[in-house]
Amino acid sequence: MLSKKQARAFFLGGTVVTFLIFIGLTVYSLSSAQDQTNKENLTEQAIRGKHIWEKNNCMGCHTLLGEGAYYAPELTKVIDRRGEGYIKAVLMSPVPWQPNGRKMVAYKMSESDAEDVIAFFKWIGKIDLNGFDRVVSPLAKKNN
Amino acid sequence: MKYKSQKVAYWFFAFSLLLLFLQIIYGFIMGFDRIGLQGLHEIIPFNTARAVHTNLLVVWLLSGFMGAAYYIIPEEAQHELVSVKLAYVQLISLAVVAVTAIIGFHFNIWEGRKFLEIPRPLDYLVVVNVLLFLGLILLTLFKGKRKTTTALVLSMGLLFAALLYLPGMIPFDSQVLDSFFRWWVVHLWVEGVWELIMGGILSFLLIKLTGVDREVIEKWLYVIVGLTFLSGILGTGHHYYYIGVNKIWIIVGGIFSALEPLAFLAMALFAVNMYRKGEKKHPNKTALLWTIGSAIVSFIGAGLLGFAHTLPQTNIYTHGTLVTAMHGHLAFWGAYAMIVFAIISYALPNMTGRKFLDSNVGRMAFWISNIGMIGMTISFGVAGVAQVYMERIMKMEFMAVQKLISIHFVVLIILASLFTIGILLYMYEFIKHGTPTDEALETQEN
Repeated sequence: MLSKKQARAFFLGGTVVTFLIFIGLTVYSLSSAQDQTNKENLTEQAIRGKHIWEKNNCMGCHTLLGEGAYYAPELTKVIDRRGEGYIKAVLMSPVPWQPNGRKMVAYKMSESDAEDVIAFFKWIGKIDLNGFDRVVSPLAKKNN
Repeated sequence: MKYKSQKVAYWFFAFSLLLLFLQIIYGFIMGFDRIGLQGLHEIIPFNTARAVHTNLLVVWLLSGFMGAAYYIIPEEAQHELVSVKLAYVQLISLAVVAVTAIIGFHFNIWEGRKFLEIPRPLDYLVVVNVLLFLGLILLTLFKGKRKTTTALVLSMGLLFAALLYLPGMIPFDSQVLDSFFRWWVVHLWVEGVWELIMGGILSFLLIKLTGVDREVIEKWLYVIVGLTFLSGILGTGHHYYYIGVNKIWIIVGGIFSALEPLAFLAMALFAVNMYRKGEKKHPNKTALLWTIGSAIVSFIGAGLLGFAHTLPQTNIYTHGTLVTAMHGHLAFWGAYAMIVFAIISYALPNMTGRKFLDSNVGRMAFWISNIGMIGMTISFGVAGVAQVYMERIMKMEFMAVQKLISIHFVVLIILASLFTIGILLYMYEFIKHGTPTDEALETQEN
């Protein structure tokens, strides 16, 4: 029968080994050779867009890369799906945008802020998502 | 209660329940938003309600864990808490951080990163707060007469939880890296070190309530937390399948996250077996109900429902849908909310000296809240599965689907009302016990 000492060794050993593997895989998958995010195309403008995205907690309603709050549409390929003009209109709208009655906060963004957000979405849209974007219909223009 | 300083736990528990009540209110706001009743949109839009709802969850559970530690550690270490005054300072500062953050969310002051919305300056205060808490707990443990496995596992869980908060504070320009390290905090908390905390509390309660030998219980505690880390650390990979990182995570995450239910299964079997093995039948039936209930519901919510969408071939369809909300609600309820309720139910009569150990109201609170939460989980599940089929297989447009599934949110609101009645009954019991008193000292053997 398992003794307490053996049980402790199982806990400590298992934890150390899996944690080391986890660190190793992290280093491997984030190395430049494995990059799937085209980080060389991550421009200053796209980074400004990311800050606007975060400052307004867009993830509190929308999802991006499948992460967020499932209350408003997935935005990973939104540029392909809606086009820049539509997105700009939504972001700059002085009154709450409400497709099908569900209200979005009226952010009343300036044109340059809206363009930053669009640059961010453009960069996001080029990330290799291991096939997720092929399954999720609203992401792809051809499915609309 | 054996040590006067254990009384401080009461105020952490009271603060916990207060925040839970607020969390439920914001949950209702979101539920009504989803069925088109958006009267509060101008003041509390969905993203504010959502940030408040999830952050309150984290803070009330942490406050519950801290209360549990302040109650358990002195008793396990056989030593008074090193400073009761500082523990109160810690509670007040926790309350100040939480209230400031929540008010800020209403004014667009946040980080906008799911679960970690607290703005950066407040993050530093959280760090100071948690350091103070850990200092008090670890010093008490260090000065204590004995160092039990239960106390060590609980303290280790709390220490790692604090350390793991740090990766979430590193700024990244890339959304992918941001997400990657955000899961180091969120996943490794809830599917890693928080399970250590849960295991520590569960072990303490089983020792007290079943009378089974400490050596036996603590041996199995090691096995369970061993299984948790063995599967949970590499199981982090299930968050990395489709966010823009290497495919290696699909293999590693797929295999190890499929093993994650084992830890919860072990926890459920362990709790039920210890109960059956126990010769002593403790009079605190309410605490026993919550303890065994937590072990079983966490297996269903975190283990089984987690497994239901953790495999990469399923997750490619369910990633970013309401299926996640289904799993999230029952998992947090079973694993963490119920264990906090269990320790409160056990500690409260000991701190106040009022022995309402097996009341009808207490039992009703347990059953009504559980039936309500299981019903809510089913509503989310039905909505989520319908969403997956219509949106991702039939390729319908997002909002068209949302309109079709909104009926499930009407059902959700009804069941959430039932859940709330259960919680209110629990709070009524809590208030009925009154406040802690030194007269309750050493009034019982345990």
